[in-house]
Amino acid sequence: MQTVFYLIQKEALQVLRDRVMMLQIFLIPLVQLLVITSAATFEVREAKVHLIDADHTPASRRVADAFRASEHFAIAERSAGVDAGSQSLQTRRADLVLHVPAQFGHDLQAGPPPNVRLLVNGEKASAGIMQSYAQQILQDVASDYAAELRVQDASYTGGPRAQMEVRSRLRYNAALEYDDYMASGILTLLVTIIGTLLTAQNIVREQEIGTIEQLNVTPMTKGQFIVGKLLPFWVLGLIEFGLGLIVAWLAYDLPIRGSLLLLFVVAGVYLTVALGIGLLISTVVNTQQQAMLVTFFVLVLYLLMSGLFTPVASMPTWAEWVAELSPLKHFIEIMRTVLMKGAGPLDIWQPTVILAGYGGLILSVAVRQYSKTKT
Amino acid sequence: MNAFFGLVRKETYHILRDRRTLGVLLLMPLIQVLLFGFAIRTDVEDIGIALVTPTPDEATHRLRAKLEASNRFHVNRVLRSTEPLESLFQRGTIDQALVLESGFAAALHAPSGAQTLLLTDAINPNIGRIQQDYAQAVLGEYERALNDGSRAPPFHVRSRARYNPTLESAYFFVPGLLAFILILVSALMTSISVAREKETGTMETMLVSPLRQWQIIGGKVVPYLVVAFINALTVLGVAYAVFDVPIRGRLSLLLGESLLFVGTALALGVLISVLTDSQRTAMIAALLGLMIPTTLLSGMIFPIASMPAWLQPVSHVVPAKWFIRIIRGILLKGVGLGDLWIETLILIGMGLFFLVASTLNFSVRLD
Repeated sequence: MQTVFYLIQKEALQVLRDRVMMLQIFLIPLVQLLVITSAATFEVREAKVHLIDADHTPASRRVADAFRASEHFAIAERSAGVDAGSQSLQTRRADLVLHVPAQFGHDLQAGPPPNVRLLVNGEKASAGIMQSYAQQILQDVASDYAAELRVQDASYTGGPRAQMEVRSRLRYNAALEYDDYMASGILTLLVTIIGTLLTAQNIVREQEIGTIEQLNVTPMTKGQFIVGKLLPFWVLGLIEFGLGLIVAWLAYDLPIRGSLLLLFVVAGVYLTVALGIGLLISTVVNTQQQAMLVTFFVLVLYLLMSGLFTPVASMPTWAEWVAELSPLKHFIEIMRTVLMKGAGPLDIWQPTVILAGYGGLILSVAVRQYSKTKT
Repeated sequence: MNAFFGLVRKETYHILRDRRTLGVLLLMPLIQVLLFGFAIRTDVEDIGIALVTPTPDEATHRLRAKLEASNRFHVNRVLRSTEPLESLFQRGTIDQALVLESGFAAALHAPSGAQTLLLTDAINPNIGRIQQDYAQAVLGEYERALNDGSRAPPFHVRSRARYNPTLESAYFFVPGLLAFILILVSALMTSISVAREKETGTMETMLVSPLRQWQIIGGKVVPYLVVAFINALTVLGVAYAVFDVPIRGRLSLLLGESLLFVGTALALGVLISVLTDSQRTAMIAALLGLMIPTTLLSGMIFPIASMPAWLQPVSHVVPAKWFIRIIRGILLKGVGLGDLWIETLILIGMGLFFLVASTLNFSVRLD
């Protein structure tokens, strides 16, 4: 047991002495957490509308006014021709072209129903959202018109108008605080990147510079070796996680509705998995460069497949299974339910058990994989 | 100049001899584009909704049918009371709940209208908001159908998405993914090159050779340019052949811009390598410093226009942002250099800056 303690001491000293690295692993994540968190939103605010009003009647102005009144749109340009609108989309001066045809006001009353055209720039991920907002506005205008026409129409004999009063409420995050949601996820991601990187290059580095020989001739068992390599980084990860939580709480008012103790217990389990994967990489590869490339691959999997930025539910079925394999996905889920919904141990036991299972599996594979006689 | 070519040859041998690493370098981008191109969808589908109706009747049935007909929603619970909702939300079984008052059908025609409450899990505000908008749209349609079932609407809305008529996720996501993969893989390749020579001690030999600083820097970039350009070709090929992303602009422009972008990324990698003194710190700087900023600030997933005003200028320093504008412009819009010269100049400027900064920071003495 004494030997493990020495190994832990050696690893801790090695990390603490590398000033540049200490600066990197504490400064970069905190700066990113502070600056980048607010970037992760699909919100459509004041999208630029190019208006082609070929009618110029009160009716067509009403359509334009409905867009002006919406917080989602701002009328940036007007023109008389379709070509100008098309040109604006091409050069990014407009996100959406709204075309009200000539005779619009007249046809509303007397003619065949006119066509209002919308042309959305389909280049960005927010295109679908923008389109649905615009359609919603137009449909509201149409429905108002229909009601007015019905009043004018003396021959209308239908029953009383059916009405629905819809009140909408957003649960758990009523103010739509994007930062609340993203800060916790990005924080976990940063801790994961650091933990995985440090452990992935750890053993292979000793191999590359030859010091692994000295460790191999010690009386330490393989299990003790892996534990000794893991523990310093595990503590480092928890410290980093705690610091990040404080920063997120100070900067973004991150709600803490559940038990912090519970959160840290689960974080401990999670870090065992994340660091275990790093150590496993380190025992498999031959050079630090290879370790870096494999780590990169795993990290991108975490980054894109954990449901942090794009919903897991939208993925094809096979990808949903891949996402299930990501420990980060389970941990982010637990963290969100504990922090934002105030969930207790009973609500999160399932993903926690999955994480613990992964942890056990990965550590035992890492111990098996590590060979003291490897050349 | 002879010495320079000698260095290029040495670096090339290094790359070619480590077959395993070279294989990983060439295959990984391909696998990543295939995997994530298929997996990542930004559209919100499969919304689980619970319908709470104390007195089910004809009208509530039709409302349920309307929800399910939209393809986006599936009504996975029909409840008589709101009591189970809390735990259903907590366990994530449902994303939304629609609560109707009792005697819904009769209430619809009452003067005050039928009272309904739409609850949405907004833990993820992006998705919560979209889900709420979708549900409100369906409810609006339902109400309209009740009133004007037989009448034509006063006007029609014809909506079209330019450049991507079916709003195919792959069309906007894959170009962003290409930029992400190319910059990360390219910067990783060079980021440990100088640091490794410092660590293994071969830097000494290099420093006593007649090579000048810029030659050493250049010699590190040139051989990797070939590998990175092959990567650009494979990922573009996958985008075109597998994901049907159109190439509406000129191919020569596309290839030229790709070469410029990987060159800039390699130069960034060299700068990281010069500024750090071990492979470990170089690796942390490259991965930790590039991954999240490139994902979030480049417009790859989240539109830059949606970001808060103070953050938008910060995105200017992310090289991938400019390349994403270029590549989406060429692939989806078919625009030429006339519309892309600003972005191109910025990339060239960034590349030169990285090279010059590397040369200036390259110290000829080891401590």
